[in-house]
Amino acid sequence: MALTVTMPQLGESVTEGTIARWLKQPGEMVAKYESIAEVVTDKVNAEIPAPAEGSMGEHIAAEGAVVAVGEPICTIETVEQGQTGSAWHQADGEAAAGNGAAAEEPAEQVQPVAPEAAAVQPAAVQAAAAPPAAAEQAPPPVAAAVGAPPATEPGGGGADYHLTPAVRMLVREHEVDLAQVEGTGLGGRISKKDLLDYVQRRDSAGHAPGPAPAAPAPPAPTETPVPAVAVAAEPGARPAPQAAPGEGDTLTPLTPARRAIAEHMVRSRRTAPHAWLMMEVDMSGVARLRGARRAAFEERYGAKLTYLPLVARAVCDALRQFPTLNASWSDDGLIVHRDLNLGIAVALEENLIVPVVRNADRLSVAGLAVAMQDLGDRARSNKLKLDEIQGGTFTLNNTGALGTVLTQAIINQPQAAILAMDAVIKRAVVVDDAIAIRPIMNLGLSFDHRINDGLQATRFLRKVKDLLETIDDTGSLM
Amino acid sequence: MPTKSYLEAIREGMRDEMRRDERVMILGEDVGAKGGVFGTTEGLQAEFGEWRVMDSPLAESCIVGVCIGAALYGMRPIAEIQFQDFILPAVDQIVSEAAKMRYRSNNDWGVPMVLRAPFGGGVHGALYHSQSLEAMFCGVPGLKVVVPSTPYDAKGLLISAMRDPDPVLYFEHKRAYRSIKGEVPDEEYTVPLGSAAVVREGRDIAIFSFGMVVHMALEAAERIAADGFECEVVDLRSLRPLDRAAIVSSARKCGKVMVAQEANLAVSIASEVAAIVAEECFEYLDAPVMRIGGPEIPAMPFAHALEDFYLITPDKLEAALRTLAAY
Repeated sequence: MALTVTMPQLGESVTEGTIARWLKQPGEMVAKYESIAEVVTDKVNAEIPAPAEGSMGEHIAAEGAVVAVGEPICTIETVEQGQTGSAWHQADGEAAAGNGAAAEEPAEQVQPVAPEAAAVQPAAVQAAAAPPAAAEQAPPPVAAAVGAPPATEPGGGGADYHLTPAVRMLVREHEVDLAQVEGTGLGGRISKKDLLDYVQRRDSAGHAPGPAPAAPAPPAPTETPVPAVAVAAEPGARPAPQAAPGEGDTLTPLTPARRAIAEHMVRSRRTAPHAWLMMEVDMSGVARLRGARRAAFEERYGAKLTYLPLVARAVCDALRQFPTLNASWSDDGLIVHRDLNLGIAVALEENLIVPVVRNADRLSVAGLAVAMQDLGDRARSNKLKLDEIQGGTFTLNNTGALGTVLTQAIINQPQAAILAMDAVIKRAVVVDDAIAIRPIMNLGLSFDHRINDGLQATRFLRKVKDLLETIDDTGSLM
Repeated sequence: MPTKSYLEAIREGMRDEMRRDERVMILGEDVGAKGGVFGTTEGLQAEFGEWRVMDSPLAESCIVGVCIGAALYGMRPIAEIQFQDFILPAVDQIVSEAAKMRYRSNNDWGVPMVLRAPFGGGVHGALYHSQSLEAMFCGVPGLKVVVPSTPYDAKGLLISAMRDPDPVLYFEHKRAYRSIKGEVPDEEYTVPLGSAAVVREGRDIAIFSFGMVVHMALEAAERIAADGFECEVVDLRSLRPLDRAAIVSSARKCGKVMVAQEANLAVSIASEVAAIVAEECFEYLDAPVMRIGGPEIPAMPFAHALEDFYLITPDKLEAALRTLAAY
């Protein structure tokens, strides 16, 4: 039996996905739940699990193809294909292999599969009998015998009766002319026993069934692979001159993730008018707190006490006070989010990903540190689940870890703002009319000017600054 | 291998496990000095003391509630409900607490409790000592329900149930206690929860049943074998979870299916087995599924003639099998 595997729904608003890589080639055996393909949407790599055990059939969608949710991507020949399928056939020593009709196994009940590694939505699966194309290419030779006679010319008593599913299956399998079979069941019905008795008599008398038809050819691809979507040009804008590789240049094909990032960045810049402002934060208190507590903290929680969770904690408090920064623009009105899901940008070698700490405002500094370290580790080992990289309502970008002092980040759509933390650097600053050496961090806020004006954005940033500057080494990490 | 009765096998299962695991304790009405109303726990208090074989008040909700608490505290309690008919006051504890504990504690807590209760008719017990209430519990996720039909399975399933980390309802057919005997090893062994057993192989009709009805199905199968019809008799043993693979395998093999039980049929184990067969074996069926069970009346009648009318008998099964064979 061939199962058609379709593009799963990979998120509430996701309508399509790109086949990044096939993990199973046609003909390869797959175990149930084993990953068969990597799919990319927006910024995530999700793996599609096999809905059933079997062998990989045809790749309907090629690598790089963009496939709409619910459209077929491949077929899987389940293990029952080519077997006789039921114990009593095997017991009778009857081989139905090669009989085209035998492929019409009963449709297995296929439960949508909940993948474990990547908790994407269940792969939608259609249980399909032999595809029509295949059926036409290799018609079962017994079709005539099965189709016409039984109702009009019943064997045995001539009563009007139905054939049970079991008898129908055996008729196809053993190529039986029903007119030859005597029915002994209720009202002259041909029972399974009648049919098997007939087949045994017939076959032992030397009547061999007709030549086995060729195995059904795999169905022809019904779709040509859809080309990967190109980064959309700004509508109405003059297209930018297309770069072409010159002599000595190399052309590296775009990975699906690269394409997704590019598309997202262009879309964000195009849709949200970015405004940017920056404040300096005196991190003396935070640095003292960290110095005094980091060893004990790491021992207790198994996570590093960096500046990131402390800043994240302050950001959560400030966002609760200025909720329009935890919001999204829509044409119907401003959506102020109830939940505060804090995205943390994580730089990877080839791309970037923004795992999300759900309900971050409910977590202590310790809770944030543990959650962020876990998400960061799994981002780097490509083990994030889909729901861990979506649903963010505000993003924090710790570029300072790489040494930056001035960062203008692009807003992660559809959020209202993104906050970049620059490096904490000791600088000479004026404190109480004296020059002092203080660890200073720049906080740069990019915000969507449709949603907030400078007033709200500044008040928010000021709040973050105040919260951080009033921390001292007795501050609570819980 | 020594031959033991169904009741002796149950007692031996409890006794051996109590010797091996001091967390195992029994709580129930008259389980101590009296040794249980059927004698199932006879001698256990003498061996293990009053703290491990404890007489309870006549309050089933208390028996089960205390056992849940003991299980959460680290014990491996066996709650004995004197007759399954009396389980109803404890249903809230079983369904609302025991069944849901693991789920509601996010997998932090389980209730490793066994609840034993005799069920079934044929002993002139009438309304309040004859019911088969298994279906009430088989639709409750979080519970496991087993019904042994042989002494071998009685001991093996009971040991598995006692070692399971979650609540297991272990229903004993009271008519089997002394009437059914079989070989039971002295040593320790287990019969896995969730697995059915093919107790007679055949190719024409698959009969699914459990409890005392299994023995009647075997007898009826022998009678029609004389006429060339071979029945495959499957003892379901575990009613939740049902052994779906075993059901599908035998149903597909035979093409004709009978499900027989003592309880009335509406929303029952027989209904569930028939549904599985319809879902997974349609193309293999050579006859409509036939269900045999008690009538849709409120209770087991007291009058002996009416009790006979209610109960499954080998004669009734034989007649039904002949109808199915002739289809």
